[in-house]
Amino acid sequence: MNPQLRWKFIFIAVVILLCIYGLIGVPTFPTSWTQVKQNLADRIKLGLDLKGGSHLVLQVQVDEAIGQRCDQAVDQITKQVHEKNIAVGEIRRVDDTHILVRNVDPNTSGTFRDLVSNQFADWAMAPAAGEQNGYLLTMKPSIVADLRRDTMDQSLETITRRINALGLTEPTIAFTGRGDNEILVQLPGEGDPTRAKSVIQAGGQLELNLVADEQPYPSEIAALGSHGGVLPAGTVIVPGKAENTSNSQAQQQVFYVLQRAPIITGQDLRGATPAPSANYPGQYEVRFQLSTAAAARFGPFTESNIGHRMAIVLDHKVYTAPVINGKIEDSGIIEGNFTQESAQDLALVLRAGALPASIKYLEERTVGPSLGADSIREGVRASIGSIIVVMIFLVIYYRLSGVNAVVALAFNLIILVAFMAYAGAVLTLPGIAGVILTIGMGVDSNVLVFERIREELRSGKAPASAVSVGFDRAFLTIIDTHVTTIVSAIFLFLFGTGPVRGFAVTLVIGLLANVFTSIYVSRAIFDWHLSRMERQAELSI
Amino acid sequence: MEFFHNVNVDWMGKAKYFVSLSLILLAVGWISILHNGGLRYGIDFRGGTLVYVRFAGPAPVNQIRKGLQDAGLANSSIQTISDNVLNGGAQNDVVIGIEKTGQGDEALDAGKQAILDVLHKTFGTTNTAGKQDFNSITASSLAAYLTQKDPLALGTNAGERYNQLAQRLTDARDKEHSGIVTNFDDLKNVDGATPAVLASLNSGFSLGNFTIRNVEIVGPKVGAQLRHQAFWATIYALGGMLLYIAFRFEWVYGAAAVIAVFHDVLITLGFFSIFHFEISLTVIAALLTLVGYSMNDTIVIFDRVREDLRLMRREPFPDVVNKAINQTLSRTILTSGLTFLTVLVLFLMGGEVLRAFSFAMVVGVVVGTYSSFGIAAPIVVLWAKYRGQGTAVRAGSAADKRVAAGARR
Repeated sequence: MNPQLRWKFIFIAVVILLCIYGLIGVPTFPTSWTQVKQNLADRIKLGLDLKGGSHLVLQVQVDEAIGQRCDQAVDQITKQVHEKNIAVGEIRRVDDTHILVRNVDPNTSGTFRDLVSNQFADWAMAPAAGEQNGYLLTMKPSIVADLRRDTMDQSLETITRRINALGLTEPTIAFTGRGDNEILVQLPGEGDPTRAKSVIQAGGQLELNLVADEQPYPSEIAALGSHGGVLPAGTVIVPGKAENTSNSQAQQQVFYVLQRAPIITGQDLRGATPAPSANYPGQYEVRFQLSTAAAARFGPFTESNIGHRMAIVLDHKVYTAPVINGKIEDSGIIEGNFTQESAQDLALVLRAGALPASIKYLEERTVGPSLGADSIREGVRASIGSIIVVMIFLVIYYRLSGVNAVVALAFNLIILVAFMAYAGAVLTLPGIAGVILTIGMGVDSNVLVFERIREELRSGKAPASAVSVGFDRAFLTIIDTHVTTIVSAIFLFLFGTGPVRGFAVTLVIGLLANVFTSIYVSRAIFDWHLSRMERQAELSI
Repeated sequence: MEFFHNVNVDWMGKAKYFVSLSLILLAVGWISILHNGGLRYGIDFRGGTLVYVRFAGPAPVNQIRKGLQDAGLANSSIQTISDNVLNGGAQNDVVIGIEKTGQGDEALDAGKQAILDVLHKTFGTTNTAGKQDFNSITASSLAAYLTQKDPLALGTNAGERYNQLAQRLTDARDKEHSGIVTNFDDLKNVDGATPAVLASLNSGFSLGNFTIRNVEIVGPKVGAQLRHQAFWATIYALGGMLLYIAFRFEWVYGAAAVIAVFHDVLITLGFFSIFHFEISLTVIAALLTLVGYSMNDTIVIFDRVREDLRLMRREPFPDVVNKAINQTLSRTILTSGLTFLTVLVLFLMGGEVLRAFSFAMVVGVVVGTYSSFGIAAPIVVLWAKYRGQGTAVRAGSAADKRVAAGARR
């Protein structure tokens, strides 16, 4: 063998051995067949469609967070305007990012403008169209953008904490493509995502507010009516929690009038744990502990409000409103007809923190483990079946050269799978489609070369020059077909969504491997064969 | 072994028959599409709910339909799925679909809940006196049950062993029995499933006669977005191909190749409508595969045309194209035949999930091969005629000719 050819073979052997090692040799070098299988299974990451599991796409209602910021600003401006004795007609939120201030007294409008520009720098002020002495405040675009990003980051963190607390294996939680407000959650192996979904979606906003009116009202109108249609400043109407339907007689929906400013919020919690209920046997409750700083506020507060009622408000619903019987230092109890599981989930949500905005589900796909297993088995069986048929045919049709093609094809598959393992790419069903196209084009490359060699032989060339010309001529065609397909795969990857991308990734890797095997490897084998054979002998093709 | 030798067919002389055939196929397919009121999109693109259920025996479609109607879900669709021919072709699976989940604020999974309620009510697991259904239990719940009952009498420290046993039992259920066990004795080969364990399972669990294999819920807005995105991704990919071929050959070659693959996609979509397959994201992957395949085929012929043009400077252009097709015919038949074989095996053996995909490929391989000589090549010839210069369309830019010369050295 001439030295150049020897180096070619050494290079090929190194590449293939590295690939095989990457597939079955890590993390621990295998000493048994089961170990080989185990390593292989660990290295090839399967998509949810093959492995089974839940795929959720959810949308964070970012505008809610912006609207809340707007509401807060309205409250603060109202308060400041009062303190500074600025006479205004009305301060009203127009939409999520606009506040309208009407009829500012011309005598105090200077003070008003100073107030806004000094203390509300997040807002741009302009005279309101069609309003005498009116101003329109607009939240600055950069602030809106920051708020959006913060809301999304915080949502992602919160959801991640909650899912990790649920103890599910290898979850994926990430921002996802369409629009800037969507999050993808993948839970491998999770056959029923109902519980995970409700834990993710739970708002988790806990507030403890002092009850303003001792008795709850049967309706909002009644609550308003008892105050002559206008609520006292700083109070708010909050509905009670709707009772479970398991109760034979439907509980009356009630409404509470509460002090608006909470004494304690979810951020003041140090911990939360589920426990069997002391008062209601068979039910569960959630006990929470306050941070030291919050306890320092809470103790004196409860002491001075003994005999009053305090509402425990979760996600804008009053769960319970017990009477304060004595000074409470740093703990509390949420009762609410919980089962063990729902108490566990609530405690988990409280520990993980509140979502900055509510979320909606856009997409839910659950592949049961049995379907995933069937898909793999059938997909793999079909692929192997068809590859074997193709290989047998190649050997019959091209004889020894066919064996060469089979080797090239096998190497192509090994390199493809190994690269996917190295790159951490996930094999999905559309990915299998990419593998099939790769096999098709791999066969095609070999056929192109062989047919060309046959043509050259027919025109009377000697085997060595026929092989050489055949490869050279077919080379251009192979490059053209492969580059075209790779170009399109790159576009698919850039503009496509999940499954289409999986297809594109597999295809690109497969085709690059194919150029190597069908030109470099196959040619080396031919050259080796030619170097050993008699000059006048016929080529087995 | 060799199939073809010195073929000499006047392909371009038959171009008008090819074009007529294509027009007929296109017309038939698209009349079917119009007749069915447009393409049948899967829920990926339409939005809606799909629940894939497997029954222990043949699926009781009429009972399901009645149950759905009684629950006011009359507009739902029920489709039976037959298993692989190789697995005996049993019709135990159904896919129940509900069009849309409503535009309002109602929960996305309302449709799924409705379908599950109907199934539980109709094929109730409630009549078995509060026993849990073994076919829908998770490994962790099963482990909890086993640890509590302790059928192996392992004492207090048995948690981990029962966890593993529960995992093996559910794995056996899911992987060997496709998620539905009809008799606890079927599990006796599982490592650690002693008669005592099986007896304990038998006393503690019922065997429900259906299991949920797959649930897909897509919001209507998402469906529209996915459709939009898949469409544009495909258009961009085609544009990329056109540019590359225009760069390597001449723009008319690129245009011809793109028109040919477009033709393939349109005909395949027509076949989808005729055979009542739905267009899902996986089918889009199949269409892209066939685009790649058909393009490959076309380029092989064009490459040969380019090469022959340099050798046959005096011959009329159609003859050059004919010769190129004839020279590559052996390769075309061989590659297409093998690819066709591959996707046919996939269609027959690949299981339900791959069926629409492999159907697209079976049709696409045939159409894609045909369009290379039947559509793409005639377009280039027609263009040359239109330009009135028989041999005017010289393939290949100057840069490319240098490459070619280098390669031929």
